[in-house]
Amino acid sequence: MLLIQIFILAFVAFALWRTVGRFRAGELKRSALALWLLFWLALATVTVLPQSASWFATFVGVGRGVDAAVYLAIIILYYLMFRIFLRLEKIDHDITLVVREMGLKESGKSGSEREENSSR
Amino acid sequence: MMVIAVVPAYNEERTVGGVVRSLFPHVREVVVVDDGSQDGTADEARAAGARVVVHRLNRGLGAALGTGITEALRRGAEAIVTFDADGQHDAADVKRLTAPIEAGEADIAIGSRILERRSMPVSRRAANWIGNALTFVLFGQWVSDSQSGLRAFSRRAAEELEIKCDRMEVSSEIVKEIRRHGWRLTEVPIKPVYTDYSMSKGQGFLVGLKTAGKLLIRRIMM
Repeated sequence: MLLIQIFILAFVAFALWRTVGRFRAGELKRSALALWLLFWLALATVTVLPQSASWFATFVGVGRGVDAAVYLAIIILYYLMFRIFLRLEKIDHDITLVVREMGLKESGKSGSEREENSSR
Repeated sequence: MMVIAVVPAYNEERTVGGVVRSLFPHVREVVVVDDGSQDGTADEARAAGARVVVHRLNRGLGAALGTGITEALRRGAEAIVTFDADGQHDAADVKRLTAPIEAGEADIAIGSRILERRSMPVSRRAANWIGNALTFVLFGQWVSDSQSGLRAFSRRAAEELEIKCDRMEVSSEIVKEIRRHGWRLTEVPIKPVYTDYSMSKGQGFLVGLKTAGKLLIRRIMM
């Protein structure tokens, strides 16, 4: 076995351990757990049996196994980027809602004080 | 009719006081939303007699409009006018915008700088046209000045209005809402006042590009 294979396998083991840990802590939904397990196990399979990537490549119609892996990686990265974008948009809007609520509350307070003063 | 003006303001201490004072003959109340300014915008607005809501952090035009409209509705507004704080609008136009709403002929009136053919600088006109075209392609509603900050809403429209965009995209989002709720739209020609100051305050080219990008992503992905 090549050194790089051992490195990748060690990393996959670490990632699996973290994924399961996060699921146990309730930070990961069951569907997300399944997807991540599938992803890491697929990576382990390809690492141990490089020819399986070639098999997959022929199956989907791309020439070489490495090419298929690169295409797949790009798709996954774009998808994750999109998820992060949505997340940021949501957090951004949530901050707005908090800032708005604070502003409206404060203006309600100071406004009624001023009205009391002016009615005196 | 209880007409309340909503003025979103970010670092506009030089102009906001004058804008508020110019509005008072035409509206019952003025709500200024100080969107996290670092200067004396809030104090100037208060001194001029406006009701001021302060955003502790700068959240953008859409966020400020949403806050102002919520406050105006709470204050019992029957019609709401949105008005820029940089002094590019003429308060004398307010009555012409609220008239069709008061008469029950429209749910929303947009002040159009294009219909008044005179004074829009060429660069502005080109940028405006691109904004209009993009808004039309994405949301299927043509408005001659989709990026105008001078608008009037009926109470019902203001209650139905749902603002999700915090920044400059809000102008196009409002156009989207016209179509979504089937509001009756009137476009009213207005006189823009282009000073060096108000020119420096609008969307520059880069911000415009960013706005366009965000609108595209929103339309495709959400």
